Amino acid sequence: MPSSHPRLVMRGIRKTFGPTIALGRVDLEVLPGEVHALVGENGAGKSTLMKILSGAYLPDSGEMEIDGKIYHPRHPLDARAAGVGMIYQELSIAPHLTVEENIVLGMEPMRGPFVDRKAMRARALEALAHFDHPDIRPDALAGKLSVSALQLVEIGRSLAMGCKLLVFDEPTSSLAQKDIERLFALIDRLKAQGISIIYISHFLEEVKRLASRLTVLRDGSVVGTRDVATVTPEEVVSLMVGRDVEDLYPRTHHSVGEKLLEIRNLSGHEKPQSLNLDLHRGEVVGIAGLVGSGRTEFLRALFGLDGVKSGEVLIGGKSETATPRKRWLEGVGLLSENRKEEGLALNLSIADNVTLTCLERFGSGGMVSPKKQRTATSVWIDRLGIKCQGPAQAIGALSGGNQQKAAFARLLEHDVDVLLLDEPTRGIDIAAKARIYEAINEVVTDPKRPRAVIMISSYLPELFGVCDRIAVMSQGKLTRAVAVEKLTPHDVMLVATGKAADLP
Amino acid sequence: MSSTRLKSALTLLGPFIALLMVYAIFGMMNSAMFSQDVMLSLLTQTVIVGTAAIGMTLIIIAGGIDLSVGSIIALCGVFAATLVTHTSAPVVFLGTIALGGLCGLVNGGLTVGLRLLPFIITLGTMQIFRGAGKIATKGTPVNLPFDVTAYKLWMGGAGIPWGVWLMVLLVVLFSLILRYTRFGRHIFAVGSNEHTATLCGINVAKVKIFVYMIGGALAGLAAVMNMAKSSQGDPTTAMGMELDIIAAVVIGGASLSGGEGTVLGALIGALLMTTIRTGCVLNGIPTPWTEVIAGTVIIIAVIIDRLRHRTA
Repeated sequence: MPSSHPRLVMRGIRKTFGPTIALGRVDLEVLPGEVHALVGENGAGKSTLMKILSGAYLPDSGEMEIDGKIYHPRHPLDARAAGVGMIYQELSIAPHLTVEENIVLGMEPMRGPFVDRKAMRARALEALAHFDHPDIRPDALAGKLSVSALQLVEIGRSLAMGCKLLVFDEPTSSLAQKDIERLFALIDRLKAQGISIIYISHFLEEVKRLASRLTVLRDGSVVGTRDVATVTPEEVVSLMVGRDVEDLYPRTHHSVGEKLLEIRNLSGHEKPQSLNLDLHRGEVVGIAGLVGSGRTEFLRALFGLDGVKSGEVLIGGKSETATPRKRWLEGVGLLSENRKEEGLALNLSIADNVTLTCLERFGSGGMVSPKKQRTATSVWIDRLGIKCQGPAQAIGALSGGNQQKAAFARLLEHDVDVLLLDEPTRGIDIAAKARIYEAINEVVTDPKRPRAVIMISSYLPELFGVCDRIAVMSQGKLTRAVAVEKLTPHDVMLVATGKAADLP
Repeated sequence: MSSTRLKSALTLLGPFIALLMVYAIFGMMNSAMFSQDVMLSLLTQTVIVGTAAIGMTLIIIAGGIDLSVGSIIALCGVFAATLVTHTSAPVVFLGTIALGGLCGLVNGGLTVGLRLLPFIITLGTMQIFRGAGKIATKGTPVNLPFDVTAYKLWMGGAGIPWGVWLMVLLVVLFSLILRYTRFGRHIFAVGSNEHTATLCGINVAKVKIFVYMIGGALAGLAAVMNMAKSSQGDPTTAMGMELDIIAAVVIGGASLSGGEGTVLGALIGALLMTTIRTGCVLNGIPTPWTEVIAGTVIIIAVIIDRLRHRTA
């Protein structure tokens, strides 16, 4: 086979679901040994396209080639046979089977009616040789392994079947930093072996690090393919949303006003420990730190969701024992880091979710007018650009980015003074992120009543882009908050990882 | 908007069509199904399960379950029958409803206080309430004196019995409460996602306890109806009725994982269960087969519900 053929050609791929056009004539080309990034808003058609590639959906029209040969998968097994492997966000590992059993799952080598365990072991070892990971022994029980190790097992399964094209869908979303590095190194090695990779991610930094080209999908169409080396983040976001985005982190002048919140020696049962922080109108204070450093516990204690051992929180000069109800009444709102588990009631409507904290405003004497709820919610649907059928639609049916906008709208509808945002852009697409950054800037620069924001994030470019001051949490202790102009990401990382005691 | 309206209409339409079909099939087998007497009897038979199912709907929407409802009906029935000889009808009603509410308070209080699954708690109280009823009467039914006629009209007499009207009234009332009051919206929020409800400042414990109390109180009312129908308070009555009640709620489109359900749906579900049982009796289908048919209909209803969710 001459290497001049692209590894994958998708030509004029079209897919409709009833009246909805999920994909309208998409073209995509991936070269051998190329890492090709696929970006786009949630709902732009990335997953549909990948499901067609993996044989889970049949396209209405269009054709595909792999290494110059017609490729027409009618079933995921066809895709495996043609050398297409998929690594989804949600791993498909059977926890009660061993690593080797998982690797050969569905294509166990047989000897007569029995599994040929020797051949199985050999095949597993061959696949695992790519990783050099001490925990992943062929006979280890999969359920005992970490998420990152399981991901490798899943990759091993694809390699064991001799795949030539691997699709990664948001592979880093559940990994710690050092596992991400390890995964990137592996992807580099696979690339060097001539394996082609389609990489789906919401993080442009990852795309920059790994890919040579990126293709942007919007509303089911390819709007452009660019060389990663020369493209700017603003250009990518503009392509994704279909309008010019001049600055991903819009920042008009923040003028700092009166003190809204004063935290004195706040200690939770384990974390945080003796935490101090002041917050003023018109400012965004960022909380950096590693996962598990106690950032979320801090906000939960502040909000009355977890118990407080000692210390006090003064809001407008007053101190009271916190419950979420009281906090909302005091004008403090929390956006949970965990949208699905905690943030939203998924089978309720958008309107119910947005207005849940202030139902008393939608009727008197314990009554609630659903119509008023919907009218109020429609305002936010328009202002934040929440893509949905209407305020009465179940919120679970929306994409992650739109769900997050609706969760954010709850704080706006309640009209709080203090917004506590825990990882407000986790797992959502860049366009939705851009909208949330914009909304944060809008509330803190509101000319009539500038609000204040405390924002937790693990994503430093975001903290540096959005915040006025940054404090770092490390092992339950929070540094003082330092003006962002005086900081570098390096300073923050030194404190977060315990290599420095305080910010400069 | 209109599509969501349509969806909620479809939620009710499914069970309603099932009800009409089952009714028509039995009617074709025996035209007596269409007679006024049988229709009246169907409605009357539905009152007990239907009234209790209203409360169960609230409990299930809030993400709970009450397995003790049959036992509450038995215990409250014994209590009511004992009260009858001592006091006036309004006091019997209120007293029995209060006792039911107290049983619900026990269920709700234990579930919230001990942070245990309501399935476990009410599995326990199912035995406790049942046992308490038997202890109070030494295991024998309390018969109403022959001269007590004040309760006859609730479940019999000429025309549509009062109990049917009361049930319909309660269905309307609780439909409105669920849809148009803060308490109603809070019930949905708690059942859909308890963590979200907590985050949003809803007093989850209070909502849960209230819901179990309402469930118990309505079971108490159902117990009075049961007593009016059988003219006695029998501690062994309503055995297994909790399953009919839960089935009615689920057939009516409620989700056992909470956050979904309608009172009107539960009423249709209760009517469907009664229609199956009555239809089988009329057509001389032996009881074991009735059970098989009822069970099959429950499973089919749930499958249809699943399909509806998938397409929606």
